[in-house]
Amino acid sequence: MTATPVLVLLDHAADGTLRPPVRELLTLARDLAGDAEVHGVWAGGEDVAAALPVLGAQGVTTVHRLVTDADPHLSSVLADGLQAALGASGASLLLLVSSFENKEAAARLAVRTGAGVVTDADGVTLQEGQVVAHKTVLAGTWTTRCAVTAPSAVVTVKANSVAAQDAAVPSDPRVVDLPVAVAPSSTRVRVVERTEHAASGRPDLGSAHVVVVGGRGTEGDFAPVEELADVLGGAVGATRVATDEGWIGHDAQIGQTGVTVSPRLYIGAGVSGAVHHRGGMQASGTIVAVNSDPDAPIFEIADFGVVGDLFTVLPQAAAELRRLQG
Amino acid sequence: MRIVVCVKFVPDIQSDRQLGPDGRVVRDGGDGTLNELDENAVEAALALAEEHDGEVVVLTVGPDDAVDAVRKGLQMGADEAVHVLDDDVAGSDAIGTARVLAAAVRHLSADAPVDLVVTGMAGLDGLTSLLPTALAEELDLPALPLASSLTVDPDARTATVTRRLDHATETLTADLPALVSVTDGLNEPRYPNFKGIMAARKKPVTTLTLAELGVDPSTVGAAGARTRVLEAAPRPPREDRVLVTDTGDAGTRLAAWLVERKLV
Ligand SMILES: Cc1cc2nc3c(=O)[nH]c(=O)nc-3n(C[C@H](O)[C@H](O)[C@H](O)COP(=O)(O)OP(=O)(O)OC[C@H]3O[C@@H](n4cnc5c(N)ncnc54)[C@H](O)[C@@H]3O)c2cc1C
Repeated sequence: MTATPVLVLLDHAADGTLRPPVRELLTLARDLAGDAEVHGVWAGGEDVAAALPVLGAQGVTTVHRLVTDADPHLSSVLADGLQAALGASGASLLLLVSSFENKEAAARLAVRTGAGVVTDADGVTLQEGQVVAHKTVLAGTWTTRCAVTAPSAVVTVKANSVAAQDAAVPSDPRVVDLPVAVAPSSTRVRVVERTEHAASGRPDLGSAHVVVVGGRGTEGDFAPVEELADVLGGAVGATRVATDEGWIGHDAQIGQTGVTVSPRLYIGAGVSGAVHHRGGMQASGTIVAVNSDPDAPIFEIADFGVVGDLFTVLPQAAAELRRLQG
Repeated sequence: MRIVVCVKFVPDIQSDRQLGPDGRVVRDGGDGTLNELDENAVEAALALAEEHDGEVVVLTVGPDDAVDAVRKGLQMGADEAVHVLDDDVAGSDAIGTARVLAAAVRHLSADAPVDLVVTGMAGLDGLTSLLPTALAEELDLPALPLASSLTVDPDARTATVTRRLDHATETLTADLPALVSVTDGLNEPRYPNFKGIMAARKKPVTTLTLAELGVDPSTVGAAGARTRVLEAAPRPPREDRVLVTDTGDAGTRLAAWLVERKLV
């Protein structure tokens, strides 16, 4: 399997800039490709030019730009394109950033091509020519290693699983147009409306290295949470209670039915650590909890726990960090 | 309108969930239940059936105990239940399960056309979210996944959903028949009441085998799985844990700890 190129879906924003986890996946892809090449696949009408410097630094040799009239936001259309790109690149391993849309396309590819799929991997290695995905399951309480036994593999990888590093030797990526024959059945779903979420000025919740989360204990006042997040250069997240109360947007919800995060550092303030919430954050590298109730379940999984009032502890920590950072 | 809801029997997430030596979720701990997120799928189907004068069939694939999942669906108000029970199904991955469910939906369509297939957004055991779209692909139906709102227009024969993704919110529509997966934000599942529980006892649960569905056993179950768990281990407990009670300087101590751990 090492002899074939590794293909990476190049997730990007509407302005053509790559989503941060793509660099991580490209780093991983280089490692897995060995002597073979790393190819990218570009879906959507955005200009690829803005991404080329990053792709070159990552050693990508070829970018397959999907050309189609159909809307590549539809998973069926994306799957058509990915299938074509797998054919054009000769890759037997496709890596995608773990997101709902990408998992939808991965599921379709598996049915169509017989590929083996692993989602939400936090590492990928090769063992005797087989792709082996590492994965944390059951709300972060178990670790598994899972081999893909099919001839081709599709793996979605969580953000922050790999430290992104540029290639030793940069490349000058070739951009190749790849016309996609979209199956008539792929365009049966119609996009009535699509609204991009406004950028918050903070890092993306799903890929941030640091996430500070507010729960019911904030009583709707997220100022201390936001202040600490900003000092740490982190994203702001929330529990379902906080989003349901309307204290913060729904896209901030972390948990089994919200965003799954696995940052290097998670700080939960006024968060009890209910199992539904833990399912979305327990795989975080380091967990800090600030809660006034010493019996809160989140303390069972916290590396650093503070029994205290978030309204005094968070601002004090932020002030001290600012002082230490000079 | 005829609606099929696919539901799964999973270990209760409040219980101490385990993986076996084969890497599969241990399902015989006695604390299995209807996947919580599938209650939203059953609720969505019941609400649509009430609004548009339809019938609801709950469908599951799984071992003996899995019948509890469809029973719960019947107690909530579904009309009919189907349980695909076959030893050769054991060890299926999401794609294999989708293949079996698709065969069962086709089997049901032979009696009367199915207008809508509804699933939960994910199973709380594996949380792969692969199944809904894989099932749509198997059935060659348009997929409207992750619905946080859902409407059906019976005259135009269309379904419309709103879904929230990481970077965008979408409204999607498709002609029936279609497949919809629903989030837990869509509705508040009803509790089975006494009447529902009594009525459920009289409702039929049809058991089907792979042979009856015409599914080749080598394409599903452990035999057909395209992934194999090599190793599964409980995550080691976190070490060097610190718990402080604030006496006025906990914020400062937290900051110092973060700096010492090179987390800032
Ligand atoms: C099907 C389903 C799916 C769900 N999915 C999710 C999900 O994806 N994500 C999610 O988060 N939840 C989810 N939930 C809800 C979940 O079960 C919990 O209700 C929720 O996570 C609790 O949020 P919380 O920690 O903010 O609130 P609570 O559990 O009420 O905890 C608030 C905590 O704040 C502490 N506190 C109060 N004041 C202060 C203060 N001044 N300083 C410090 N601490 C203080 C309290 O001691 C308490 O521990 C789901 C529930 C269901 C049924």
